[in-house]
Amino acid sequence: MIISLSKDNIQVVKEQDVVLLRNRVKEVAVKIKMGLVNQTKLITAASELLRNMLRYGGGGFCLIEIVSKGRDNGVRLTFNDKGPGIADLSLAMKDGYSTGRSLGLGLPGAKRLVNEFDLKSKVGEGTTVMILKWANG
Amino acid sequence: MDKIPILRMGNFLLVTIQVDLYDRLALNLEADLVQMVSKTNARGVLIDISAVSIVDSFMGRIIGNIASMSKIMDAETVVVGMQPAVAITLIELGLPLKGVHTALNVERGMDLLKSMIGTTEEESEAEEYDDYLAE
Repeated sequence: MIISLSKDNIQVVKEQDVVLLRNRVKEVAVKIKMGLVNQTKLITAASELLRNMLRYGGGGFCLIEIVSKGRDNGVRLTFNDKGPGIADLSLAMKDGYSTGRSLGLGLPGAKRLVNEFDLKSKVGEGTTVMILKWANG
Repeated sequence: MDKIPILRMGNFLLVTIQVDLYDRLALNLEADLVQMVSKTNARGVLIDISAVSIVDSFMGRIIGNIASMSKIMDAETVVVGMQPAVAITLIELGLPLKGVHTALNVERGMDLLKSMIGTTEEESEAEEYDDYLAE
């Protein structure tokens, strides 16, 4: 059972918001005493997903939560956009696949960097990505 | 608009990234650097990322691009000072930065650049030209 201890919803519409959001994620990660390597992994994953949200989803919201399960604390980020959605989820999760001119590492790379990853998308309605990193994960 | 300064030191260009990069800033740096290589006839580019705490796939791609672009402009690129956590993250992300020379710190980076270029700063332009012909 995962309990949410704090919530913070931030709107992301332009590139500079990414820097702001990375700092907010860093703050909460430090608050729950997450190690530097895990912090870096979490923020890098967040950075990938934020870019996707801006580039493909036209911006959206990021919900930052401190969550707890038993004795473990973690940071959960939920990215929500109202963009065109992803038609083929398994293709989007494949390394090296990109509809833009990028490396195609964003989604699969982000998944490798966190403990839990959940991607939901509906064509024409938008995309929601949830990632969770435990402090000692 | 933020801008990352590029310093010239002899045959080399030095870039120290001290701010949090967002995409536009990184793209501008890429364009500025390649133009500076051409303008100053630089033979080497040293990029210090010791103050950078996050390198994601976009930033990694820019670093790779800078190295490849400099290479076809006849300049070598060395990236120095990567934080251990950043190195761990890059590999897990799936971005091993192949084709980019790296060194632990600025000093070793400079040595690497000098050895790659194979000339000392004292050499005259004429000698460099000879080297160029001999290649």
